[in-house]
Amino acid sequence: MKRAKVNQGGDLQEYKDVYVIGECLDGRLHPVTLELMGEGRKLANQLKRHLGVILLGDDMDEALEHLQDYDTDVIYHLKHPLLKDFSTEGYVKVLNDFIRGNKPEILLIGATSFGRDIAPRLAGRLGTGLTADCTKLEIDPADGKLLQTRPAFGGNLMATIICPKNRPQMSTVRPGVMERAHKLGEGKAHLVTVIPELDAEDIRVALVEKKPPAKKQVNLIDARVVVSGGRGLKTPEGFRLIEDLADVLGGEVGSSRACVDAGWISHAHQVGQTGTTVRPEIYIACGISGAIQHLAGMSEADYVVAINKDPEAPIFKVCDYGIVGDLYEILPAMIEDYRKRKEEADHA
Amino acid sequence: MNSIVCIKQVPNTNEVRINQETGTLIRDGVPSIINPDDKNAIEGALKIKEELGGTVTVITMGPEQAKAALREAMAMGADRAILLSDRAFAGSDTWATATILAAALEKIGETDLIFCGRQAIDGDTAQVGPELAEFLDIPQVTYAKEVSVEKGRVRVTRYGEFGDYIMEARMPVMLTAIRELNEPRLPHVRNIIGAWEKKEIEVWTMEDLTIDPTQIGLKGSPTNVFRSFVPVREKQSEIIQGNTPREKAALLLDRLSSQKLV
Repeated sequence: MKRAKVNQGGDLQEYKDVYVIGECLDGRLHPVTLELMGEGRKLANQLKRHLGVILLGDDMDEALEHLQDYDTDVIYHLKHPLLKDFSTEGYVKVLNDFIRGNKPEILLIGATSFGRDIAPRLAGRLGTGLTADCTKLEIDPADGKLLQTRPAFGGNLMATIICPKNRPQMSTVRPGVMERAHKLGEGKAHLVTVIPELDAEDIRVALVEKKPPAKKQVNLIDARVVVSGGRGLKTPEGFRLIEDLADVLGGEVGSSRACVDAGWISHAHQVGQTGTTVRPEIYIACGISGAIQHLAGMSEADYVVAINKDPEAPIFKVCDYGIVGDLYEILPAMIEDYRKRKEEADHA
Repeated sequence: MNSIVCIKQVPNTNEVRINQETGTLIRDGVPSIINPDDKNAIEGALKIKEELGGTVTVITMGPEQAKAALREAMAMGADRAILLSDRAFAGSDTWATATILAAALEKIGETDLIFCGRQAIDGDTAQVGPELAEFLDIPQVTYAKEVSVEKGRVRVTRYGEFGDYIMEARMPVMLTAIRELNEPRLPHVRNIIGAWEKKEIEVWTMEDLTIDPTQIGLKGSPTNVFRSFVPVREKQSEIIQGNTPREKAALLLDRLSSQKLV
């Protein structure tokens, strides 16, 4: 295979439209797909271009019908039996052919573990730059180029990256950050089925088995309430109290990186730069000091509550409501009080 | 079974501070470490060497100081270490870095396994591994949490958000390691001395490699930093005052229920 090169002085004007690559694996449409569509629409409107959604798979009528209700100009279904299961090489081959043929100006991919597997490989084959894990995308009003902003150095610094000489401009986009697409009404989006060329020999890694998630799924991304514990818990058992509060409020349990690193709780619970980004209505940080890398994962919460012994903890600068005190006293009092209120409301 | 591990020396981002006025990093006094995922990559390669024999080569790109990371890797048990260092490499983005690494790996020659860490804690891109595999035209499995070699095939358990995948590949293959893969060993005393005394670190420059100069460095990188800034947060915080934990808890719940949050 001939290796692609960048900076070949190609005509950038040939590239038009904004494309996003949806993620639908094992029949499950990843929520980032709608977020990419929402963001893609915003960029396409600013550029006065069309928005296209690419979905790879074999038979996937349910997901396609669902997406057709949302705001996009066109959905491209790259349909092939060999695309039924995920493979880096199968996905990259058909995407490369399709993108080279259609020449979008901007290409967005979800920064999931699968998106971040294929995107660099695809950029490498197309001969263009890629910006990872973007949290903000804008069009430069001066020249229409894509400004791709992302956290670096553990969220201590934000960097805006550009890709001036190569197309498409490619970004992976952090899940949970962008606004989801609007519903337009049933089946409004135009569906185009594309049959790509793909041979079994193109795929050198075989998927042998799919394992279901081991434990009860932690669903931090969609949680309305997240109660998180940090180093201030002092012991791993402290998470029982966090769980109790999360349970009575109908929320999920989150954690700072320190507790995950200490082995107190699994990585699936980690909120922050190297964990999950959450956008709940209420985020309750208990015994969390508020390191920037943690704040990067929760700054989208509508309301932040901080409970910490240390009045100087940085978390108090970013909270809506703060309580300076011992979480082992405050949390049981909250649980008891909340239960009492609920009972009263139920009897009223 | 011969493995190459690509590693990166990074500042410990837990200790990085920002000069709020200039928006630049204060690196003084911040220790440099081997990127955490890369340590899992080294450990993964060492385990396979112990089981099946062969060698482990570690390679990094960076200035002279990056030798410390290579020495540490040798003290963990790596057999050979290569530093890629040249002014022409400075300012490389992931494309350019992968281009340089690919040239070095082609020079090293036949390899069975290439290990990288999933992502580095300074840039957090997770792009160099897959771009490297693409340039070498070899398959990849990222987010590896279990790796075993049986009958000339590599079996990898790959993390996925909605359940793991078990993948099988022929060699050579590029794998990216995540924390769950293993517990990296501490450097061995005997190896530490060896790493300083016996084993030489090879230094390769532009002249040692076959590289198209238009594809590397600041100028060859397809992506550039347009600007960087310190994130700002503005919020009106209310610290709830009360005499007892009970009172504080009740006042907090009052606030939350008045906003219809609970």
